[in-house]
Formats: sequence, structure tokens, C-alpha cells
Amino acid sequence: MTSNKSKELLLEMKNIHIDGFSDERWHKILKGVDLTLYRGEILGLIGESGAGKSTMGKAAMGYTQPGCKIINGEVNFNGIDLAKLTEFEKRKIWGTKISYVAQSAAASFNPAHRLMDQTISASNRLKINPTDVLKKDAVQLYESLQLPDAENIGDRYPHQVSGGQLQRIMTAMAMSPRPELIIFDEPTTALDVTTQVEVLSAMRSIVDKFNTAAIYITHDLAVVAQMADRIKVLRYGEEVEEAETRDMLSNPKEEYTKSLWSVRSLIKPEETNQDYILSIKNIDAAYGSSKVLYDVSIDIPKGKTVAIVGESGSGKSTTARVITGLLPQSSGEIIFDGKKLSPKLEQRSKEELRKIQIIFQMPDTAMNPRQTVDEIIGRPIEFYQGIKGKERESKVIELLKMIELDETFLDRLPSELSGGQKQRICIARALAANPDLIICDEVTSALDQIVQEGILKLLQKLQKDLGVTYIFITHDIATVKAISDEIVVMYQGEVVEQGLKSKILNPPHPEYTELLLSSVPEMDPDWLTSLLNKRSS
Amino acid sequence: MLRLTLGLVTVFAFSVIIFSTFSFLPGDFATEILGQSATKSAVKALRAELGLDKPPVTRYFDWLGNVFQGDFGSSFSGRSKVQGDQGDRSREVVGLIIPRLKNTLFLTGVAAMLAIPLSLILGISAALYRNSYYDRSATGVSLVTVSSPEFFTAYIFILLLATLFPVFPTIATVDEDTTLVERFYRTALPVFTLTLITMGHMMRMTRSAIINILSSEYIEMAKLSGSSRYEVIVKHALPNAWAPISQVIAINLAYMLIGSVVVEYVFNYQGIGRLMVGSVYNRDLPVVQACALIFASTYVILNLIADLIGIISNPRLLYPK
Amino acid sequence: MSENLSYSAKSEVANLIKRRTRVERLKIALSKAPISAWFGMAVLFVYFFAAIFAPLIAPHGEAEIFPVAYAPWGDGHIFGTDQIGRDIFSRIIYAARNTIGICLLATFIALGIGTVLGIIAALDRKYLDQLLSRIVDTLMAIPVMIFTFILLSVFGPTNFNLIVILGILESTRFFRISRSVAVGQVVLEYVEVARLRGENLPYIIFKEILPNISSPLIIEFGLRFIFIIFTISSLSFLGIGIQPPSADWASMVRENAILIQYAQYDLTAGLTPLIPAFAIALLCVSINFVVDWYLYITSGLKDDVK
Repeated sequence: MTSNKSKELLLEMKNIHIDGFSDERWHKILKGVDLTLYRGEILGLIGESGAGKSTMGKAAMGYTQPGCKIINGEVNFNGIDLAKLTEFEKRKIWGTKISYVAQSAAASFNPAHRLMDQTISASNRLKINPTDVLKKDAVQLYESLQLPDAENIGDRYPHQVSGGQLQRIMTAMAMSPRPELIIFDEPTTALDVTTQVEVLSAMRSIVDKFNTAAIYITHDLAVVAQMADRIKVLRYGEEVEEAETRDMLSNPKEEYTKSLWSVRSLIKPEETNQDYILSIKNIDAAYGSSKVLYDVSIDIPKGKTVAIVGESGSGKSTTARVITGLLPQSSGEIIFDGKKLSPKLEQRSKEELRKIQIIFQMPDTAMNPRQTVDEIIGRPIEFYQGIKGKERESKVIELLKMIELDETFLDRLPSELSGGQKQRICIARALAANPDLIICDEVTSALDQIVQEGILKLLQKLQKDLGVTYIFITHDIATVKAISDEIVVMYQGEVVEQGLKSKILNPPHPEYTELLLSSVPEMDPDWLTSLLNKRSS
Repeated sequence: MLRLTLGLVTVFAFSVIIFSTFSFLPGDFATEILGQSATKSAVKALRAELGLDKPPVTRYFDWLGNVFQGDFGSSFSGRSKVQGDQGDRSREVVGLIIPRLKNTLFLTGVAAMLAIPLSLILGISAALYRNSYYDRSATGVSLVTVSSPEFFTAYIFILLLATLFPVFPTIATVDEDTTLVERFYRTALPVFTLTLITMGHMMRMTRSAIINILSSEYIEMAKLSGSSRYEVIVKHALPNAWAPISQVIAINLAYMLIGSVVVEYVFNYQGIGRLMVGSVYNRDLPVVQACALIFASTYVILNLIADLIGIISNPRLLYPK
Repeated sequence: MSENLSYSAKSEVANLIKRRTRVERLKIALSKAPISAWFGMAVLFVYFFAAIFAPLIAPHGEAEIFPVAYAPWGDGHIFGTDQIGRDIFSRIIYAARNTIGICLLATFIALGIGTVLGIIAALDRKYLDQLLSRIVDTLMAIPVMIFTFILLSVFGPTNFNLIVILGILESTRFFRISRSVAVGQVVLEYVEVARLRGENLPYIIFKEILPNISSPLIIEFGLRFIFIIFTISSLSFLGIGIQPPSADWASMVRENAILIQYAQYDLTAGLTPLIPAFAIALLCVSINFVVDWYLYITSGLKDDVK
């Protein structure tokens, strides 16, 4: 972030209205949003799902997705209204004056071309520099983005490099024609936290280096705080507030803005005991020939919450699958309630199955889309307890009330529920079995912050009332702080450490825990800078 | 490589099936050939000559071995029913099949040369101008052609171009002396029929393959990086379209091959399909075996080629991680 | 913007779509159906009506022989008579019963075998899956028409054999499609939830998975039905499909094909063999129309769930 900003106007969007067509009718996506951006400035666009932030970002290029149209508004870029240009005229600006970095780099690269050819294709069209000059420049960009083997990485095809690398190559591709504006559309959302730090710092340094203006779209306030000079908060297609980054963080004006970090304010006091309901001992497991768990041992105290933390590939979800029996372990044993559990699902008794329930990350796919709420929650009641008809229905209603819903939901299909409601139904279904242990696999990570907070509070209340034990699998440290008593850190299929929350979260740490914890973005605009200083020293 | 072995296994499996089903056949060829009045010893002698007295497994491998040497055995029909008449030999199956095979390949080859470019052009342009009137009428007409049985299309051509307006002959008789121009003229109607029945499928499949590619994220990205319409299509869509398009072509060539059986029958064209149908009526075992095997292997080979092109044009498979 | 932030799960509205019952959805879909779909449905209705009530509608018997062979149109026989003096119009109506009946049976057999095995293979994903998939690959690599042709010429061209052979051969397609769709569903958590609950195989197949793969299966059913009509018609046309005296469209085309030569003198005579062929084409076009429309609304419904 350079401090001396020349206040020269680059982009001015006025009163943008955009409609989208779905469900056989037109909906309003953006309802009159303004936006101004000066040369060399970075604006953060933040909001939850459905806020219209991505649509706004694309509108800054004068582009709307198929099925959407600009109803009203101006997009003045360097004094030209992009909304009024023809496709042909816009193409001269796209890719060269304004470029775009998409969320899923893997799907956005053409699988049939080498990365280098794609990196320089837009600049090649300008016909200012010959191809070999552009290639040299691209290699330099790769280098400044800290890509490994910058000389040759461009010769590879998209499927041959990792997600974090692809995202950086896409940044290089955006930067290659030296545009005046880059639009970053959730570029780090799909990445692990430790990778995210690398990509963020690479993007920030290169944008600083060329003094390019940027719009940075994300749902994560802590991330945007590292990148942006100014932040604009959107909700339901309208602006909530806009302020300089530091002002926004220290002194948000709107309640809604504060709710964006509501999970971070939840903290559960830790408790534990030595009465273990589940112990897994020296588990090894593999998918086919690739081994994913190495000698994993974890103890779960009764009535408490153990969070298993790790990044993708750490084996945390696999551990859950082994416990449930979906993936039989190749060696080691699982002791549940003092008895040894058979590795195979088919060999476990109905009673054993009943006592361990699991709630999944994506409530959309965890419920049969063709069954009503009544059928979804009622089935385990009928299956385990043999209760049918009216009695079953009254049990279902009782459970719906426990999760703060009511009988009007009985005959709804999953597609008629919101994200948070769906996850609550999944919780009710798990409770319907009257379990001793519930495994929560990333249950909140697909939800908006304020909904997350509601779910976490509900889970805590249920634990207090019913005494149920949770295993909480997550990659999000804020969630861990909010819910857990004990923490297990996993990395590449092994347990790094296990212990009380206070012990794990406070130094001294093993090396990986240190890396993981320090990579979690904080609500501090200087966090990334100081982290990088610390790491380089 | 796996595909190749799988293809071979398939042809082998089919040859076993063909061969073994014929051993279930009721009745006996020897009796049939010689007639009901034949003496027992005569039947036995013929059975021995034809190898029908050996166990089925031995017969199968004898047959298979010969097939590999290009020898499909002798046709059963045309044998003299008079005992001991050595002068009247039946024809070698290979000799019977080769000219017919040439005829069929000529017919389908000409039809393919018409159908492939036409339907690719129609399909790709329909996809590019999706939902235009052009697209709608093209898909509408193709829907009608894919819904019509081969003989319906064939007879409509006959009705229009042979009887009402006698431009072309109804019966496509050709022999080895027919000149090329004459051949084109005589086979015009069967060629049109084959072209039309495959074009509908090929065009629709091409269209949906292209639409599928055009809706992918990297195409949106290419548009957002300012590529022109031409660039989006030629540089970004086409390289990813070769695999699906070549598969479409191969599938439809196979489809055309099967369609030729009915078309040859309608126009009494002396191709391999006509031969096979005729031989079933005559219960001429070796000929039917040979024809079916030729159809099946061509079909398998065409599908195999489609797979191979798919692999070659996909960098994911060509350049592993 | 002063938003009431007291959070309540019940009032959570994000992404909530309007609730509609299935009947309402059907009504909406029907009211928006294009003309082609209406046309298709109307034609299908007429065909099935004709097939079911054939003896009541047809003016003459299926195999009833009249003294005049090749009688011209009109004059007691709407489309004239055939080579041995049977009423063509009546036979066309009876043929609807034979052709549709036989094809429908074969398609149902194929659907049943293919779908159940396909889902089992998807659930298993091990040796059974490998075995079934390889068998199906092999069978599918052989052209169905040729294969049926061979088998019929061996086992005899009875209607029963025809149904069974085509039912089994065509089940490979249903296996392929149900397996590939079911593989996508099996990995979804709701199936895992059912397995973790300890549900048995039939419950998982019929209650959990089948309702969610029904759309592609219905579409495949329509397309396979057309394909089977084509195959049976081709075989009948070649004289090895549906056997006389049962009337069937394709055989009628072949029997009366000679009349086409007389089109110059009497156009109606020339058209006679084309009528049954047209009957097949019209049926297939109608199914295609309905399938296309169904494809459109099911993909449309997916969008509004999103």
C-alpha cells in the first residue's frame, strides 16, 4: 500500500442496476450501487453470498454474465462509459486495460494450451512488443510472484500445476499487458490458509510494484484488510457502508458490518475430563494404494468438543470416515464406549451405528433432494425406534422446535430451505437417532458468518442440554476458538499435536502449528506486512 | 493400449458368441443340403467333409485359425444335392464377400463424404447462432430425419426421384464392369438416404458438443480477456472440440454401416448387408458368420479410432503430471 | 440501512425460493409447454388410444381377407387392401398395438435389468462393478441390430424371443447411464447417511437413489424406446422381426412396397406403403418432441434449485 495516492479518477460507476433471470423471472441483483476508484488504489468489495459483489466486479468491465443485464447506470472508465460500448469496442479494453482474475483458476484456464501462451495472449494482441520480449517479461512476472521454476513453468499445461500456482499464473496473465485496473474475484477463497498467505503477498507486491488499481472481491474481511486501501460493504445488492480500511476495522458504523466477524467474537471456555467416549489407536488408512493416514491416535473426552484442525490433505475428514466405518482402517483399532468397534460399517450393530452420527459440510448434498423434512428427520426415528405415524410426526416436530424451527417446515423439500435451515435439519436428523457422539465435518464452512454464529450457538446449547460429545472437523481457527475444548492438529495424514485449547493456541508451538496459526489472517491491516517481516527475518 | 486389447477381446467374444449360437441351431446343415431323402451314409460323409462331426470347441478354433489366414471357409449353399457330384463346388466365402464388401464400402464412403462436412458445418453454425431461427429450423428438421426409419426415407426418395420424377433408378445394380460415373448415378438414391439418416444425428451431436464447450468457464475468461469472437472459437473452443467431434464422426460412421443393411435391401444393392440377410434366409452359416464378424469388427475399430483421437487431442492424457 | 439483526432461523430468507407443490409445478410447466410438446403429447395419446382400443376402432379384423387384393383407396377400405386382400387401415391400427406393445415391453425389461444392476455397480465400485462394466462394454461394442439379427436367426424369430433379446441387449444402455448418474449420487452425503444408518440395499436403491436419477432415466427411456422401435422395424422390414399374421408397420411397408411403382398412375397407390412408415416416423417425432421438452424443464428446474 503506497501512501502517496495521486487522486486521479480512474473508474466511476454510478447508480448501477442489474437484473438476473432465474426461476422463470427477473430478479434484482444490484439496486443502484455507486463506486469510485482512483489510479493506483485498491478497493475491497466485501459481502456475503447473494450480495452482488461479483456481479458488481464484472460490471466494472461493462460485462454481465449470460442471463443478466444492466438496467441502468454508468460505468465511466477513463471517461468512457463502458455500459454504452459495443462488444467490439469493449474487447479493445478487456484483457489489456482492464483484466480479470477469476476465483477458480483451474476451470478458467483453457486445458488445451500451455500456460505461457495463455499468459501472453492478451498482450500479444496489442502488437507493441514482440513475443519473445513478452515471454521474458512473463518469466519475470512469474519470478516476482515467487513461482517455482519460473523459467519453465510456462511450458506446462494447466492440469500440471497446483491450484495456488495457477492462481498466481492467472495474476501474471492479468498483469502481462500492464492494465490500469485488475479485478480480483475471490482469488484465494479456494485455497488453504498457508497457500493463501503466499498468494496474497505475491499479488499485493506485484500490484504495488506497477501501481495498478484493483478491485478486490471477497467475503473475508480479514483478507481484504490486507489488500485494500478502502472497503465497501455490500448486502442484498445495496451498499451498507464504505470507509478507509483502518476506519472500517476500528470503527464500523453499521451493525451489519460488525456481524461479518461475529464468529470471531464467540469464545467458549474450555473444560475437559479423562473419561473417554472414543479412542482411536494407531490408525493407518488408505484409499486404494495411496496411504492417507499414518499412525493416528486421538482420544475424545465424553460430553466435550474436540476440534480436528488441518488443511486439505491433512487427513482430518478421512479420520471421520474411519470412525464412522465408511473407510475401514488397514490397521489400528477404535474403542467406543469401552468396546472395540469393527472397522467395517456392515459389521457394526444397529445400536453402534445409532450412537455415532455425522453432519456434513454441504447440507445441499447431505439431504435427499426428493424427500421432505418430515421424511428426512422421521426416517431415523422410525428406523431405530420403530415409531410410526402420528407419534413419529410429533417427535419430528419436537426436534424441529429444538433446532428453533417449527411444524410449518414439515412438508418442505430441501430446495425450499435456506443454507442455515438446511444445516439445522441435518442437525435434527442426527439428533433423531439420539446419539452419544456427533461428528461435525466442516458444518459451518459453507455458511455466511452470521448464520455460522447461529449454528455454533445452537450446537453449544444442545451439548449443554443433552450432554452429547462433538468431534468438530474444520480448517477455520475462528470456529475452533468458538466451539472446542480440545484441539487436534493434523498435517499430511499425521497428528501433529493434541491438547487443551489453551495449550495448543499459545506458544510454544511445533513448527507446523506455528505456520498454520500464523497464516490465519487477522483483523489488522498490518498483519500481512508484519507476518512477512517476521518470516523473512 | 488398454482400449486396443479391450477392442480385440470384444471381437473375440463376439466371434465366440456367433459361433456358439450356430451350434444351437435346430436341424443339421448336412441334412438340409442333401434333402430329407438322403441316405444316412451320405449325410455322414458330408458332415465329415464339412467338419460338422468334430466337437464345437475344435471346430471353433479351426474356424478362427482359418479366419486369421483370410479363409472364411466355403459357402454351404450352391452345393449340389446329388451325391458324389464333385464338379459342383460351392464358392469360397472370401470370394463371395470381397466384391460385396467393396460395394458396401463404396456406398458408405460416398455417403460419409457427403454427410460429414455437411453435418459438421450445420452443427457448428447452429451452435454458434444458438436459438436463432436458423438454429431452430436446423434442429427441427434434423429431429424429423432422426425420427424416420431408414426405409421411410428410402421410399420417399424412390417415390419422388424414381417414380414421380424418374431421375434416378430404383434399383442400384452394379457389377465390376460398371464405370465410376455410372456407379455414382445408380447409387445416388441409396447414398442420399444414408446421408440423410446419419446427418441428423451427426449434426445434433456436433451442436451439443460445441455448446457444451462454449459454456465452460475458460471461454468466459477468454471473452473477458478481450479475445475476438473469431479467436474465442478458433483458438479456445476448437482445440477442445476435436475429441468430441471425432467421436461423433466415428459413432455415426458405425451407425451408417448398420443403416446400410436396410438401405441395401431396399435398393437391392449387392453389398455385404444384402448378402448377410440373404444368407440368413438360406441358412448359409459360414457367410453369415463372416458378414457379422466384419460388421462387428468395423464397428469396434471405428469406436476405437474415436477413443484414440480423444486421447491424442487431450493434453491431460498426453502430458501426464 | 437499519437492519434488524436479531437473528432467527425461521425468518432466514436468503436464497429461499417460492414453495410450490408438484402439481403446481406440473401446471406451470404445462402452461409453458411449446406447441411441439403439445403436438407430441396429443399424437402419443392418439397412438395409445388406438393401441388399447384397436378391436373397437378398426373397421375390419386384423387378418380378415377380402376378395380383392390391392384394392384402391376408398370404397369400404379407406387405404385399400394389401397383396392378399386385407384391409390396410385396420391393419395399421392393429399394428399400433403390436409394435408399441412389443417395443414397450422390451424397453421396460431393459430399464428394469439395466437400472438395478447399474445402481448396484455404482454402490459396489469394486469387483462386481468391474465385471458388470466389462461385460456391458463388450456387449455395447457389438451393433445391436446385427446381434439381434444373428440371435433371432438362430433362436427363431418369435415375438417372445424378440422381446427378451432386445430387452437384454438394450439393458446395457440403461446400465451405463444409471451407473454413471448413480456414481455421482452415491458419493453424495445423503447416501452415506443412509448407509451409516444401516439401511439395506433395496431401501438405498429404490428410496434414496432412484428418485434422484429418474430424470435422466426417463429421458433415456424415451430415446431407447425410439431406438427399439427402429431396430424392430428394421428387422421386421427384413422379414425377421414381428411375425405374421400379426400386423406391424414395417412388415406392411415391405409387403406393399411394390405399389410404389404405380405412383405415376395412381398417387394413392404409391402412398400406401408410405403410410405405415409414416406412422413410425410420426410416433418417433412425437416422442422426441416430448423428450426434448422434458429435458428442457428438468434442466430448468435444476436452475431454480440453485
